[in-house]
Formats: sequence, C-alpha cells, structure tokens
Amino acid sequence: MTQRTILPALLLTVAAITATSAAMARDSIEVVGSSTVYPFSTVVAERYGRSSGKPTPKIESTGSGGGMKLFCSGVGTNYPDITNSSRRIKMSEFKKCQTNGVTDVIEVHIGYDGIVIANSVEAAPMQLSRKDIFLALAAEVPAAVEGELMDNPYQTWKDVNPALPDTAIEVMGPPPTSGTRDAFAELGLEGGCKKIGWIAALKKTNKSAYKALCHTIREDGKYIEAGENDNLIVQKLQANPAALGVFGFSFLDQNADRVQGAMIESVEPNFDSIADKSYPISRPLFFYVKKAHVGVVPGIKGYLNEFTSERAWGEDGYLAEKGMIPLPVKERRAMAQSTRSLTPMTGNEALK
Amino acid sequence: MSKPVDNLDKIKQSLTRRNRAETRFRWYGRIAILIGLAAVIVLFTDIISKGHGAFRVTYIQLDVHYDQDIIGVANMTDPAQLADGNWDAVPKSALRSKFTDVSGRRDKRKLYALLSNGAGFDLKDRLVANPLLLGQTESIWILADDDIDTYYKTWLDGEPYAARMADNQMAWIEQLHNEGNIRLQFNSNLFTRGDSREPEQAGIRGAIMGSFFTLVLTLMLSFPIGVSAAIYLEEFAPKNRWTDFIEVNINNLAAVPSIIFGLLGLAIFINFFHVPRSVPVVGGLVLTLMTLPTIIITSRAAIKSVPPSIREAALGMGASKYQTVLHHVLPLALPGMLTGAIIGMAQALGETAPLLMIGMVAFIVDIPAGFTDPATVLPVQIFLWADSPERAFIEKTSAAIMVLLSFLIIMNTSAVWLRKRLERRW
Repeated sequence: MTQRTILPALLLTVAAITATSAAMARDSIEVVGSSTVYPFSTVVAERYGRSSGKPTPKIESTGSGGGMKLFCSGVGTNYPDITNSSRRIKMSEFKKCQTNGVTDVIEVHIGYDGIVIANSVEAAPMQLSRKDIFLALAAEVPAAVEGELMDNPYQTWKDVNPALPDTAIEVMGPPPTSGTRDAFAELGLEGGCKKIGWIAALKKTNKSAYKALCHTIREDGKYIEAGENDNLIVQKLQANPAALGVFGFSFLDQNADRVQGAMIESVEPNFDSIADKSYPISRPLFFYVKKAHVGVVPGIKGYLNEFTSERAWGEDGYLAEKGMIPLPVKERRAMAQSTRSLTPMTGNEALK
Repeated sequence: MSKPVDNLDKIKQSLTRRNRAETRFRWYGRIAILIGLAAVIVLFTDIISKGHGAFRVTYIQLDVHYDQDIIGVANMTDPAQLADGNWDAVPKSALRSKFTDVSGRRDKRKLYALLSNGAGFDLKDRLVANPLLLGQTESIWILADDDIDTYYKTWLDGEPYAARMADNQMAWIEQLHNEGNIRLQFNSNLFTRGDSREPEQAGIRGAIMGSFFTLVLTLMLSFPIGVSAAIYLEEFAPKNRWTDFIEVNINNLAAVPSIIFGLLGLAIFINFFHVPRSVPVVGGLVLTLMTLPTIIITSRAAIKSVPPSIREAALGMGASKYQTVLHHVLPLALPGMLTGAIIGMAQALGETAPLLMIGMVAFIVDIPAGFTDPATVLPVQIFLWADSPERAFIEKTSAAIMVLLSFLIIMNTSAVWLRKRLERRW
C-alpha cells in the first residue's frame, strides 16, 4: 500500500466495521437494570449459557430507574429485552412503556432482598427499632411539642433511646442514586416515622410533607455516603468498630466473620426471617420482559425457564446460595406458570 | 565605611548559610522521592499480598465414573443429547462414592458444595474432547468451590476462614488433605476464561480480548488522524487567530474529564448512529476522541524538535514542502510520535469512566471474537469484581490489577526504550 492510500484505507475499514455493527441483528439477550438483582441474574445467565450452549445473555447494571428508562424507550433490537428492578414498576414508567410501543410487559417477581444495618464483630451487637433508625438518621425529627419539628439534635445512640449504648451516631450507607438507599428510606426510616402518631396522620392530609419528612436523611455528617461499593463499607466497618453500615443481605452473608447484622425489632436478619417477612426491612425483587422480543431475539424463553426453575430460584436453588431470599412455594409455582405462559401485565395492577 | 576584611567575613558567614540551605534543599528532594517511593511500595505490597493467592486455586482429586445411564447420553455426537445430559450428576456421584457414609439431604448438599458448580460442565467438555471415556472411570483433579478454596488457603496459612463452612465440610477437607487428594494448582482458568459469577471459574481472558480490540481500533483511528492534524498544524497551516484558536481548543480537550467523552459517545454513536452498546467499536471510537488531543500535542512537539536546518537543506536541494515533510521531517519525528501514541494508548487502557456511559460495564461471559461482540475491558472488569459480594473476588480483583499494571509497565517501558533507541539528538 502506498502512502497515498494508507490513511483513507484505514478510515474506510473502521467506517465499514461501524456500519456493519449498527446494521447487525442481535443474537444474544440484553438485560439491564438494578444492581441488587444483578448478582442473581448474572448467575442465571451464566448457567443458561453453559447448559444450552447458546450465547450468554449480556447483563448491564444500570440501577432500577436507569434500566426502566432504557427498557421503556422502544421495541426493537436496539433496546434491551429485559430489565431488572429492586422495586415494582411505577405507574409513570408503565405508561411511558405503553406510549413508546412496549405494550406487552411480563412481570416476574423473583424473591426478596433484606437490607441490614451491621457493625464490626468486635463491637457489641446492636438492638434497634425502626423508630430508633428514623430518630437517629432523619434530617428533621419531632420536637417536644406535638406537630412541631426540629433539626435532628441527637449526637449519640443513647440520646435517641436510653437503652442504646453511649456511642456517637455514625452510619455509612449508599448514596441517593442507589436503589438500596431508596428502599432503606422507605422501609427503615418511613417504617419508624409512621410509628409516631401525628406523622402517620399527616400522610392523609399532606402526603408530600409526610414523604419529605420520612425520607430525608440528615446531612450533618452523621450519615456518611460511602459510595455504591458495599465491600468498601464492610472494610470501613472492620476498621472502625464504632460505626454502623447499611447494605444488602448478601454482603452480610459473605462476610459473617467481619460484620454482624443489628437486630431490628428483636428480629435477626437471616435467611428465614427475611423469607417469612418477619424481618421488617426487606424488599421485593423483580424483572420485566418485553413480550414483543420473545421469538425475535433467540433464547429469551430458555432464559425465563432457567430463571423460574426450582434448581435456580427454589429454596435449595443456586440463587438462594447467592443470598437471594426465595418466594414462598405457592407463589413461586404460580409465578413460574404465568411467566412460562408469557402472561403480560394487564395495566390494572395496583402500581404506585 | 566597612573594611574589605569585613566583607570577606560576611561572605564566609553567608557561605555556610548558603551551603546549609543547599543541603536542606537536597534533603527536601530526597524526602519527596522517598514519600513517592513509599506510596508505590505500599500500593504494590498491598496488591501483591492480596492478589498472589489468586494465581493458585484448589483442586480435589476424585474417581469419576462416566456412567452412560446417569448422564443419559448414548451418542456423543448428538448435540441435543449433550445439551440435555445430566452432567451435574457425574461429580455428585463421584463425591458420594468417595464419602460413602454421608446420608441425608442436608449433608449431601454440603458434600456437593465441595466442588465448583461448573464441575459438571467441565467434565462434559472433557468427555466431548475424549468420547471414548464414556462408560469408563478415571481419577482426575476437579475444581473446588470458591468457599472451599478460600477456606483451604487460609487453613494452610494457619488462620482458617470458616464462616461459610459446615463442621463436616471441614472434616472432609482435612481427610482429603491427609490423603493428598486436595491441592493448590496453577489457576489457568484466570487466563483462559471469561467472566463468571463463580470466583473459581472467573477469568480475565474476555476482558483482555475486549481491551485488545478496543485499543486496536483506537490506535487505527487516533494515530493517523492525530499525526495528520499535527503535521498540518505545524508545517502547513498559516499562523493566525484561527490556528491559535484551534491550538487552545486542542489543549483544552486534553484536560476535559474523560466522562464527558463518554457522554458524547453515548449521544453521537449510540443514540444517533445506532452503534450497539457494549461493543469494542463504540469503545474504540470514544477512546479515540479521548486520546486524539494527547497524540496531536506530543506529535507537534516531536515535529517541533526536528531542527530547521533539515527542512532548509531539503528545500535548498529543490524538494517541495510536501517532500520535505514526508521524506525528512516525518521520519525524524516518528519516534517521538510513537512514544506519544504509546502513552496515549496506556492512558486509554486504564480508562473506565467514559466506558461506563456506553454500556461496556456489563456481565459478559463469552470471550469476544471481534470488534462487534459485546465486550468489557480490563479496568472495568476490576471495577466489577471489586463490587462483587463473594469473598474470593477480593484476591481476584488484586490479581487483575496486577495483570493490568504489568501491561501498563510494559507499554510505558517500551515507550521509554523506543525513545532511547530511536531518538536522534542534535
């Protein structure tokens, strides 16, 4: 090749590669969505790929909201086939799906995940209630006079509840972009918040004020945003026995020699207590499938069958091994059946 | 009036002071270097002490019987039969015949958990490669589960990590150890496999190939474009306000945070041109945007360092401007340009932020075979593993960092070597 042609030739090659890649149909499943469901869906994808010999689905962790946005953008191989979610689809998202042509969406409820508040094994185990959590971490708390609020004055756990130890409040947890944080605010903080009579009454009269009060975490340095990496929180807890950390149950399960979960309302976070819902801070996990893509992108049915098989999501399945809490057996059977028969959502579900 | 002697005294006095100042300054310099070295040593010892364990992995030796009836495969050439075969049953029955006294569902589950859950598939691959083994029995080393691996390694070190182990599992491992049927082997999976959710099966081959395809594309695009731009700006372009404006902008681009290039790539390549997400093509295009300014700036510096006498001699001999540049300036500037390109590539190899925006942060098991297969890259693989809950991924993360660092060291050393070897001094 002479010097005259070398540059155009290179650029042409690249242009050709780019053009063919844009025009190509996909032969592997594309999954996006929640970082909480990611560890579970990746295991299923891998098992499915190895046992079927077909291309392994590609799974991107975009967060529940980000995944829903991509998923609902349209139908066609440029858009993902499945989105994982650590909360149920919202009404607004469902409507957005509908307007963008994603009319038939299959909802699969796969199980539960617990959120734990843990500290180092070197410290004494904590006994908390959701009310303690709310009072210790909310930006504003009720003042002495009913109906009035004050900036959170509590410095130590003892200030919050005389039964708790006299150590400074120091909690490391996920940042606002995280689904774990949303769930923690909703189940932990709000769970404690509505135990206070007049605030519970506020929900009926002024819902937005109620939500702002119950979901806003204090920003005076007592709650430390420790990034999305839960391993990092575990390491920091080990280095600092006085601190508490907020993360998903699977990290507690894997690091039982380093950290211990606090009992919430006298219930220890473990497999059974989360499964029977007696542990109060747990959330449902879902994924959503585009029915229009079944049969267009090869392998979706196989992936669904693998996910909803007993060896995957059953009590002794490999997802339980990874820390996912399975559905009760009856619900599981019904869910498997509706998933395998590709029954889409009707739009009449009670969505938020 | 001061006497001359006094002045001499003053100079003598100030001499000791100035000497002291110089010694102090030297010591500041040494301390600064020592701090830098200490930081590097801490980093390396931390990574190596955490990661060296990942290069070895636990295997358990068992007598495996490839029972035709259990597997349910009669014809080894029929892919449908192979896909439906009950492969998991093979390692399970091998375990049962090794530990015959284990009964009860719960204990059996503990027993099966000794081996990697990919063991069945590994045996299938082995059987497909050697179909004559069907119906035979052989004694082979099988990959152990990651919890067993972590336990066995820490047990050998004297501080066992037993939180995820049952008492009977620890007893079995002790028995296997005493019989010599459990051992650490070189972890070839780390270099031959793609990502996996099971730490013992996870490898960086997929990420290395992804990085390779991405960088090849980046080099193919950014080097010719960058060098052409540099030659034009340096040799042909008139010096006026426009070229000044372009120069300022190129320097600015070099300082733009890389995440911005990711956002740009998302908007242009994915949303407008519909290039698929997570493929090396789009990664290469984005990294090209990012490395172009670096290459243009270093190439211009290389061209500038070619002495004007060379150009004047060529022009004096009757060469055209084009011939002067192509035959004389460019070959002399090339070593400098190559160094710049290698440094730019090393930067691109270690880049994560822009790739987050274009979907190259994904769980991808299959090893990419071309520019249009979904892929991830080495630093992203490190990021993904660092985020995984399984304990065994901690050492994997450090091992992957070691591999990435060695690539970076190789690239940067070759840049230095090239410069030393090829550079001409005037």
